[in-house]
Amino acid sequence: MKGIAAGLAGAVLPAGVADAFNWDAFLQKHFREMSDEELKRVIERLEKETSLEWNKNIHIAATKAQPGVKFGYGLDLSRCIGCRKCVYACVEENNQSRTPQVQWITVLRFKKGEKWIDLENSEKYYNPKEVPEKDFFYMPVQCQQCENPPCVKVCPTKATWKEPDGIVVVDYNWCIGCRYCMAACPYGARRFNWAKPNLSAQELNTETHYLGNRPRYKGVVEKCTFCIQRTRAGKYPACVEICPVGARKFGNLLDPKSEIRYLIENKRVFRLKEDLNTEPKFYYFFAA
Amino acid sequence: MIKVFFIALFRMFKGDIRYYAWLAFLFIVIAAGIGAYAQQADKGLITTAMRDQVSWGFYISNFTFLVGVAAAAVLLVIPAYLYHFKPIKEIVLFGEMLAITAIIMCLLFIVVDMGQPLRVWHLLPVLGMMNFPASVLAWDVVALNGYLFINIALVVYTLSRLAAGKEYKLSVIFPLILLSIPWAVSIHTVTAFLYNGLSSRPFWNASILAPRFLASAFCSGPALMLIILQLIRKFSRVEVDNKAIFKIAELIAFTMGINLFLLGAEVFKEFYSGSVHKAPLEYLYLGLHGKNLLTPWMWTALLFNVTAFVIFLVPKLREGFLTLNLGAVLIIAGIYIEKGLGLIIPGFVPDTLGEIYEYWPTASEGLITAAIWATGALIYTLMVKFSVPIYTGELLGGNK
Repeated sequence: MKGIAAGLAGAVLPAGVADAFNWDAFLQKHFREMSDEELKRVIERLEKETSLEWNKNIHIAATKAQPGVKFGYGLDLSRCIGCRKCVYACVEENNQSRTPQVQWITVLRFKKGEKWIDLENSEKYYNPKEVPEKDFFYMPVQCQQCENPPCVKVCPTKATWKEPDGIVVVDYNWCIGCRYCMAACPYGARRFNWAKPNLSAQELNTETHYLGNRPRYKGVVEKCTFCIQRTRAGKYPACVEICPVGARKFGNLLDPKSEIRYLIENKRVFRLKEDLNTEPKFYYFFAA
Repeated sequence: MIKVFFIALFRMFKGDIRYYAWLAFLFIVIAAGIGAYAQQADKGLITTAMRDQVSWGFYISNFTFLVGVAAAAVLLVIPAYLYHFKPIKEIVLFGEMLAITAIIMCLLFIVVDMGQPLRVWHLLPVLGMMNFPASVLAWDVVALNGYLFINIALVVYTLSRLAAGKEYKLSVIFPLILLSIPWAVSIHTVTAFLYNGLSSRPFWNASILAPRFLASAFCSGPALMLIILQLIRKFSRVEVDNKAIFKIAELIAFTMGINLFLLGAEVFKEFYSGSVHKAPLEYLYLGLHGKNLLTPWMWTALLFNVTAFVIFLVPKLREGFLTLNLGAVLIIAGIYIEKGLGLIIPGFVPDTLGEIYEYWPTASEGLITAAIWATGALIYTLMVKFSVPIYTGELLGGNK
């Protein structure tokens, strides 16, 4: 089958492009279709490509989900001060493009005493000298890792899916860049690489995961993966670790003794746009 | 028959100075578009005005409009074959060729909108990984390509019978024609469902979307057909009965009436109930938080559509060629604005987190769009030029 594809593509492509054209990349299979052996070879090739581009060796892991784990996130709105440290820690950890700027976390600012949650009157580009500001409160939004993700349903090529530990991921080598998922996402969580992602070798984080923070391409969609490269290795996501006020909580929803379970059971929690039945695994709460 | 095809193919490249000038014009526009596309392919879709907030723009708008145009054929097919209305039956061929052209243009608009166009094979079943039946986009791929093949089959069959100097057998063609009617409805419905099924976008997530899609499609497609038929009549030996033209005009009066009614129903529901979900409609017709880039366009479209409705409703007006053509042009422009700018963009304004990003296509998007339209015009011109001598039978010694 792939032979036919190669033949067809050979007939269609103009000769001039052929030199710079990478057949292995073009014919690369879907992540979930590859055998362990095939995946190993693909990762070797991708690591080589990246090291050539940045003059720096990177490691691409393909760590699988652990059984008995489903990740969940908690965000304490009474603590968030809107400092956006999480936004930039995320960018550094996950190798987002610096120019143009790609950020996976959006912090919204709301005026106190007005209707809640009035997204239309929220401010995304607030820029005060100091935070927190007296008359405002803040709400960070990122991928809500829905149990019932509308973005996965609409993808025409199954390039995005929900992993067994509940993380919604994208195969950057399979995404065709149609952006249907972006239209479907109710949380504005997905980002498109409108240009070639641009970050310096110095900025490049070399510890990466195939489904997470490995360098991306022009013309594909990306999103928050709960720092899959960290969380599957037993660490907290970068945004949780950086938060100076401890507003961000993370843990295993299937573990009854986890902090996130305690929060859900004992605090006043809500999830964004519950009426859409997307079943987010991202809980907002008020601890104070 | 083969010989006739060869002669027709040969004659396709022969014409008067106006014909060559027209082709040259199209080639220039296409070349400009290819230049712009090369830039886009190199730099990425950042050459467009689309961004994360408004992630679909002019390309998808044009795609949506053209899915509508592809229906023109079916509105001609119904009276022709089901009610044996002879004047229209004779011109159905040109409607089917318009459908072919429109679908090819649709596919081109999808490809230029893709971030990774070389990966288009991922969409195919077996070879790639088509997300069928979950993704409506996968359905749309099936529906559009199916419609393309049905119309190609109809045109090829009709032309080969005519080239052989025979009447076409209805027994052969009728099942395909019967299939093409629900299929034409389905390409609209599925394309409407593409947007309609997204609960994240309240503007699209309204049940009225699919009916409005069909109604507006059945206005703009036939209006375009009216113009094209008159051009064919003027520039070739093909005879198009006035009765056919007036019948199409009468049909447009109905479809435009329904279209305006459905718009009214939507405006009433949104503004009377006054929930936050009225924001996109408010953005379109009144402006939202001082942002009103599309407002003048929307009112222009409404004015065009209402004027055209009056023209097509009054028999005297729709049977005078000056007013008829004015009406047809108003409808094409009106629906193009309404369905292009007014349907896709407000789905993203305000975006899901309430931000208002005002989208307006860049010059590069404009050039690429123009080039795809020129490609469509070129394909249609060549198809008509090829089939007219076969159709009139002049290659058989003019015995038709």
